[in-house]
This record gives sequence, C-alpha cells and structure tokens, in this order.
Amino acid sequence: MQVDMTVNGQDRSADVEARTLLVYYLRDAVGLTGTNVGCDTSSCGACTVLLNGESVKSCTILAAQVRGADVTTIEGLADGTALHPMQQAFMECHGLQCGYCTPGMVLAATSLLADNPRPTEAEVREGLEGNLCRCTGYHNIVKAVLHTAEHDAAFWQARASKSGVTA
Amino acid sequence: MIPASFDYVEAASAEAAIAALTEHGDEAKLMAGGHSLIPLMRFRLATPAVVVDISRLSGLSYVRDGGDHLAIGALTRHCDVETSDMVRSQAGLLAHVAGQVGDPQVRHRGTIGGSLAHGDPASDLPAALLALGGSVVARGPGGERVIPAAELFTGFLETALAPDELLTEVRVPKVPDARWSFQKFNRRAQDWAIVGVAACGNGAGTGVALINMGQTPMVAAAVQSALASGASAADAAARAAEGTEPPDDLNGDAEYRTHLAQVLVGRALAEMA
Repeated sequence: MQVDMTVNGQDRSADVEARTLLVYYLRDAVGLTGTNVGCDTSSCGACTVLLNGESVKSCTILAAQVRGADVTTIEGLADGTALHPMQQAFMECHGLQCGYCTPGMVLAATSLLADNPRPTEAEVREGLEGNLCRCTGYHNIVKAVLHTAEHDAAFWQARASKSGVTA
Repeated sequence: MIPASFDYVEAASAEAAIAALTEHGDEAKLMAGGHSLIPLMRFRLATPAVVVDISRLSGLSYVRDGGDHLAIGALTRHCDVETSDMVRSQAGLLAHVAGQVGDPQVRHRGTIGGSLAHGDPASDLPAALLALGGSVVARGPGGERVIPAAELFTGFLETALAPDELLTEVRVPKVPDARWSFQKFNRRAQDWAIVGVAACGNGAGTGVALINMGQTPMVAAAVQSALASGASAADAAARAAEGTEPPDDLNGDAEYRTHLAQVLVGRALAEMA
C-alpha cells in the first residue's frame, strides 16, 4: 500500500506492506538510519521519534496508521550544521557513551521539555523512563536535559506555549 | 519479529468498524493505539487476517460530563486522561493510573479503550475501572449496551465484548471527594506491576481491585466485604489474596504475590485513612 507522510519537513511516499512498522519505513523506505532498532518490543526507546511533536516508539506503530503525519527523526533536529539545543547539551554534558540510545534519548528529552520546560531532576528521570541506556550513562543524560532547560529556557518556553495551543 | 501479513482496513467511522467486524468475524482485530496488539502480533501470538484500524476516529476521543459520571471516549489516549482537568478533579484515581501506564511514549499512543478491551490482568487501567465501579459502552450491529466493569473481564485476555462489538466509551462515577490509592510494585520503572492495587473510597463503600493476581483483572472481594462489615484495615488487608489465583513467573511465585497483595492492600488502605 502507498504510505505518505512528512519526515523532517519533506514529503515522503513509499509502497510498503501493511505490516510495515514505522521504524522500518523510516530506515528502509526513506533511508534514514539514525532511528535505531533496539529491543523491538517497545521497551528500550531506541526507536523513539516525534509524531506530530510527541515522542512515540516507532517499533510499535504501523506506518499505515500515521499516513499524513508529521514525523521528526534525529536527522531532522539540527539546522544545517547548527546543532539543536538538546544535541548541543548532550555534547557539552557528555550525555552519550556508545551512542546507540542517543537518538531516542534526545527525542524523548525534546518531547519532555516541550511538555514541561523547567522540570526537576526527578521529573527528568521519570520522563525518560521509557529509554534505556545500556552504558548506564543516565547521570550525564539527565544533566544534559537540565542544562538545556536552564540555558536555553526561552527556546523551550516558546516550544511549550506552541504545543499548548495545538494540544 | 515482524507481524504476519494481514489485510489492512481503515475504518472511517465507528459504524464502518462494526461493519468490518461483522464481515470478517473473529478473523479481524480492531487496532487503536496498537500498544497491546502490535507486540502480540510481533511475537506471532496474534495473527489476525484483517486489522481494522480505528486509531483515527477522532470522534471517540473526548472527556465529557455525563451528570453523575464522566464519559471518556474509548480512543482517548492515556496522556489525555492523565492531564484532563475533569478526570483529575472528578476521578483522581483514574487520572493518576493513566499516568502510570508504561512510559511517556506509550502514553502518547495507547488508549483507554484499547487497554480495557485487551483485558490484561497485569495492566493498570482495568483495576482502576474496577475500583471505581465504572462501566464501558459496547456498540454492535444491534445497538449499544453498557457492560459493568465487574462483568467485563471473563478470562485471560478475554472480555465480554462480542467479536462484532466496538468499545466506544468508558464511564466512571464522579467521586470528587473520594480518598484513593494506587500501589504498583515492580522492579524497574516501566515494567508491568508484579502485583498492584487500585483502591477508591466513596460514600457507598470502598472499591479495591488487584493487578496480576489471576487470569483476569479482579476485585478484591474479600477485602471489600470485610471493610463493608466494619473490619479494621489490617484485618481487611489480610484477606487480600482470598479467591485469587496468582501466577508463578520469573518475577515471583504465587506465595510471594500473595504476600505482596496483603502488603499493598494494607498500604493502600493506610494511605486512604
């Protein structure tokens, strides 16, 4: 079946089987391999992408179910060579080790701050409960999220008020 | 870990979904957020020939004031139940429990109707509905009927919904002043409860329901009747496992679950006191 959607601002279309999961649509049909497959059972969060601005696990959604939707993957965050504030914060705070969980972590954290631009440390830890880091590098990941929430407050505040209008 | 092939039907309306179910019988499965069904399909534990996608029926996503109860559309997502001011103020237990399901990503896709129709004894929301004494509305080719929560869960992953019925609405009584408690015991943040307890008091009594203590989500009937006849919280909690059949698995054996149920009911009643 023909499945159309917007990925990182670009219209995409592919003829795929109905059983095609969103993560494989993105990786195989669109060719964006930044979205990782981890556990394959919606536990680890490595495949997290933004669906209409909200974090979801792309291994547990049929591509057919989100025809016409607006999907953002890790490739869609940076503006040219300028990193997104969340990516910048992960770099500055050493929020990644092997990097496998990083795309999902960055997108889950982006969704978290869009909901709650000034979270407490406990709220960050709870908000990222759907993402596993097998390097157990959680401390610096949490630090990165708190860092950007504080240093880029205006950016996150603007996103939060925007998401409030559309919600 | 790819689902078996199926024919995909997108339902344009509730009526179209029911018509598709009528046409394909038990070969067909409804898919809302898919967060219960897709994992089953990936493990090939479910291999429906036809998937009827109802996820875009936006008319079934709402929270309304139904007079003495709240009416929640079956396709209302967990995150929307969790953050609804009306659910928070009128049925605080339900809003809280919706916020404990899975993780934020799961709550952005999973729906209240999907979770209830799946009927998993390890899920959180069925226990909340039982403790609140709620009900669901099922619509089929012959019209609508209301199924009380106490009659909804009939066996392991089985419900009283007929193969051609669509769960359209969830109803919970408005209990703005009720004391309530939710106890979810697990080892890791996003795991299912090894054992869980949902409890909610109101003028009529105290509803207490158990998670993962048998083949179905269930009411802790012995606890409820003990409380109704004036037993102390400690004496009522001691009866938490009566009439249950707790499973043995990697997370704990039946004896451990029996102990957990007693402890967690005790904690719930203490929190509500």
